Amino acid sequence: MEHAAEGATHGPMEQFKIEPLIPIHVGGIDISYTNSALFMTFAVMLTAALFWGATRRRLMVPGRWQSVAEILYETVSEMVRGNVGKEGMPYFPFIFTVFLFILFGNFLGLMPYGFTFTSHLIVTAAMAVFIFVSVTIIGFWKHGLHFFTLFVPPNTPLVMAIVLVPLEMFSYLIRPLTLSLRLFANMMAGHVLLKVLAGFIVTLGIFFGWVPLLSVFGVTLLELLVALIQAYVFTLLTCLYLNDAIHLH
Amino acid sequence: MPQFDPTTFTPQLFWLVVSFIALYWLVAKIAVPRVGEVLDQRARVIQEDIDRAVQLKAETDAAAQAYEKAMADARAQAGDHMRAMLADVKAVTEKRTADISSQIGKQVADAEARINGAKQAAMDGLKAMAADTARDVVAKLASVTPDAGAVDEAVAAALKETR
Repeated sequence: MEHAAEGATHGPMEQFKIEPLIPIHVGGIDISYTNSALFMTFAVMLTAALFWGATRRRLMVPGRWQSVAEILYETVSEMVRGNVGKEGMPYFPFIFTVFLFILFGNFLGLMPYGFTFTSHLIVTAAMAVFIFVSVTIIGFWKHGLHFFTLFVPPNTPLVMAIVLVPLEMFSYLIRPLTLSLRLFANMMAGHVLLKVLAGFIVTLGIFFGWVPLLSVFGVTLLELLVALIQAYVFTLLTCLYLNDAIHLH
Repeated sequence: MPQFDPTTFTPQLFWLVVSFIALYWLVAKIAVPRVGEVLDQRARVIQEDIDRAVQLKAETDAAAQAYEKAMADARAQAGDHMRAMLADVKAVTEKRTADISSQIGKQVADAEARINGAKQAAMDGLKAMAADTARDVVAKLASVTPDAGAVDEAVAAALKETR
């Protein structure tokens, strides 16, 4: 939560520090309301405000905010329909929630004084593990033990299957790891890069400082794009995993 | 790295669960139904408009077809009328032409008969006058009273020659 001007005294990792705002302890467990929790609250409130404002009038020809809400809705619903099919639509609210939560988390982190809760592995891992476990349960619920055929690609000779099945199982089991690491690493790397470059502005002073200043401007634009893309990728992979569980191949 | 400080895990996880559930409730109960309703309604209105347009087009086509048919019928009827009228006119003209020409023929024949009669009368008169003249001439010149029959014959022969 520190500013670029204080870069001399703070490292680039300082921005990820969790700071309790309201210390809460229940039964010896620390559930303090932190800066991370504050921005999660902001994400929820922003979504609420957007959708409440957008759907207040429910116009046939949408205005600006209604268009934003509709574009978000249609992007994700097309993603679910396109990748999972009609059977995926019951899970659409959950997938839409994942998309909005990550999207607003990423964007809010790019605001000045913002905190990026998606830059914490524990948060992305919790979501990834929840998705992985849920998808696996859905797979067994839909197909029973037949779900294991997911690990045998179609038309595989038996000899190849001996090699392929462990590989497929491995790639399945590391899904929560890759899913959570991708988002966490992207968000953290972007913010570290921004902070390091911002630190250079102060170090190089008024004569050369404009070089990193322009870089920060460019990287900020890039990070806005990354924030959107990573939310999209996380959601898309969720759809693909769900599709595997529902349709096996 | 602050990310790997385990003491921050429980508060983060707790508030993640709380805010995610809150957001899920918001999305599932408010955002999705409302936006979905708007989109469905719009799709329905557009579909209705398309349906109505299709129906109107069918009606227009039917009307155009009826118009074409009425036009064709009227044209055919007009043609029939025209033909019937022309036939009438022709018949009347022909009849009148025939009447007039037969009348003229009769008049011509009458006239010819009259002319022939007049001609015959004139010829007969001429013959008698010639015979009288010839007799008178013979009587004067030869002091002979010729036989009336012989004079007539001679006059007839002379007239035949001059003809």
